[in-house]
Amino acid sequence: MTDLPPTYPGQKKLGLVIDLDLCVGCHACATACKEWNTGGHMAPLPDFNAYGDGAWGVWFNRIHSFEDGEGERACTVHFPKSCLHCEDAACVTVCPTGASYKRVEDGIVLVNESLCIGCKLCSWACPYGAREFDADEGVMKKCTLCIDRIYNDNLAPQERQPACVMVCPTKARFFGDLGDPNSAVSELVAARAGTDLMPELGYRPVNKYLPPRRGRPHGEDREAAPLSAVIAEAQNEADAANPLLRWVDRLLSR
Amino acid sequence: MHPTFSIVFFTTASGAGFALLFLLGLAAPLGLLPESSGFGFVALATAFVLATAGLVSSVFHLGRPERAWRAFSQWRSSWLSREGVMSVMTFVPAAIFAIGWIFFGVTDGVIGLFGFLAAICAAVTIACTGMIYASLKPIHQWHNRWVVPNYFTLGLMAGFLLLDLIIRFWTVRPVGTPLLALLAVLAAWWSKEAYWRFIDTTSAPSNVASATALGSRGRVRMLEPPHTQDNYLLQEMGFHIARKHKTRLRLIARITAFVLPALLCLIALIGSGTVAAGRRALAVLRRGETHRDALLRRRCRLSLCRAGRAR
Repeated sequence: MTDLPPTYPGQKKLGLVIDLDLCVGCHACATACKEWNTGGHMAPLPDFNAYGDGAWGVWFNRIHSFEDGEGERACTVHFPKSCLHCEDAACVTVCPTGASYKRVEDGIVLVNESLCIGCKLCSWACPYGAREFDADEGVMKKCTLCIDRIYNDNLAPQERQPACVMVCPTKARFFGDLGDPNSAVSELVAARAGTDLMPELGYRPVNKYLPPRRGRPHGEDREAAPLSAVIAEAQNEADAANPLLRWVDRLLSR
Repeated sequence: MHPTFSIVFFTTASGAGFALLFLLGLAAPLGLLPESSGFGFVALATAFVLATAGLVSSVFHLGRPERAWRAFSQWRSSWLSREGVMSVMTFVPAAIFAIGWIFFGVTDGVIGLFGFLAAICAAVTIACTGMIYASLKPIHQWHNRWVVPNYFTLGLMAGFLLLDLIIRFWTVRPVGTPLLALLAVLAAWWSKEAYWRFIDTTSAPSNVASATALGSRGRVRMLEPPHTQDNYLLQEMGFHIARKHKTRLRLIARITAFVLPALLCLIALIGSGTVAAGRRALAVLRRGETHRDALLRRRCRLSLCRAGRAR
């Protein structure tokens, strides 16, 4: 059924928290995602013209890079983007066949490939561009939050996390229950003022983004001291090494 | 969704077909149309063929056309599913109405009620088609109050033009339809211009800053896209050529969809109204003369026949 599941207090909302301050844009999460998922629940993730011009294919995770601000104050922000597993997921409600659904038990949005007719309406309903069309099979695919890892008894407990989180070399990605206000991810979001993307559309995404920290001010922000003052200070320091001059200085400063 | 030919044809043909069905179902039971079974057959067949051809065509843009029947299941939440259900449901009262009109020559009474029902269903189908687009919040050009009215005005324009065309094979001087067709073209033109004005003068609530939750340092802009080559989203939603030639494409649409039909309607209106009235006046003046001529001609033919038999 493509109606959204009923909601109740304390409902589990599994999702990702992405720290834009730590992400270095290495694309390791996208690569790990592709590697795991091309053999996982939504397999395969086909590529077309893979070794020629005009290569394209199915990727559930893509890393954009933005510039925020102008001049010396500008900041480069690497921006990984995958399905945000929205609470008000229009990609689910627009689906005419019931292929697209949101799980009541953990809020993960999935596609039942055997029901999908490939009408692509869900990709138009998603403002985040998270849907990916498999042109080989004629069906829509998407991030599964590595549902075949996080509940996988064959993996060691510490590996039951999405592939993108496992691989991140700067630990910029976190996985957890954002429905529980006391979970580590929820506390991180609260501490770092994590935000929703496009809150004005009302999709209520579960995934949160931690904004880049302000950092040390530089450029025109710093009060640049005049050169003469810098030289004078250096001379003062040299003079201060001489005990006689130090005594004269103290005497005359009274 | 991607403007493939199958979807363009579906929108145009089904819109025209369902609008024609709407007009027939509404006007025939009220006795505003020729009652002939022949007219009923041609008009209803046109509506059915256009609507069905459009629906069949729409299936070809699917990745898995053989599963299209599954789209009837989610009418509770999906406008696409509602459209599918309503388009098929419309054919039930429409078929009963068609049988009554074509085979029994009846358009009033119970058959008339099925006509009204078919008209309501056809109108709801058109509304559902519009709502598929109008319900998509991320796309400002679709998620606005002009989209559904435009589906109605453009559909009615096509419906009235078809009705005026078909009616001329049964009525020499149709009353109403030429003028209504012209008015429908003008209404569609006005609503399309209003829609264009709306999307040109307003912008989406979202922008790159709200999409990235950045912007506290200043202007946000893309430094590098996620990949150097193509991707699904760009193939499906990036239209550089259409955007580049927006003004000219609109001019072509304006001329071919509105100006030409309006001009042709005007000519037809004058042809069936003013000119015909003038001809009628002349005919009245000449009546005596023509009557005498006809009598003379008949007498000549008769005498020729007699002469032939005698030979």
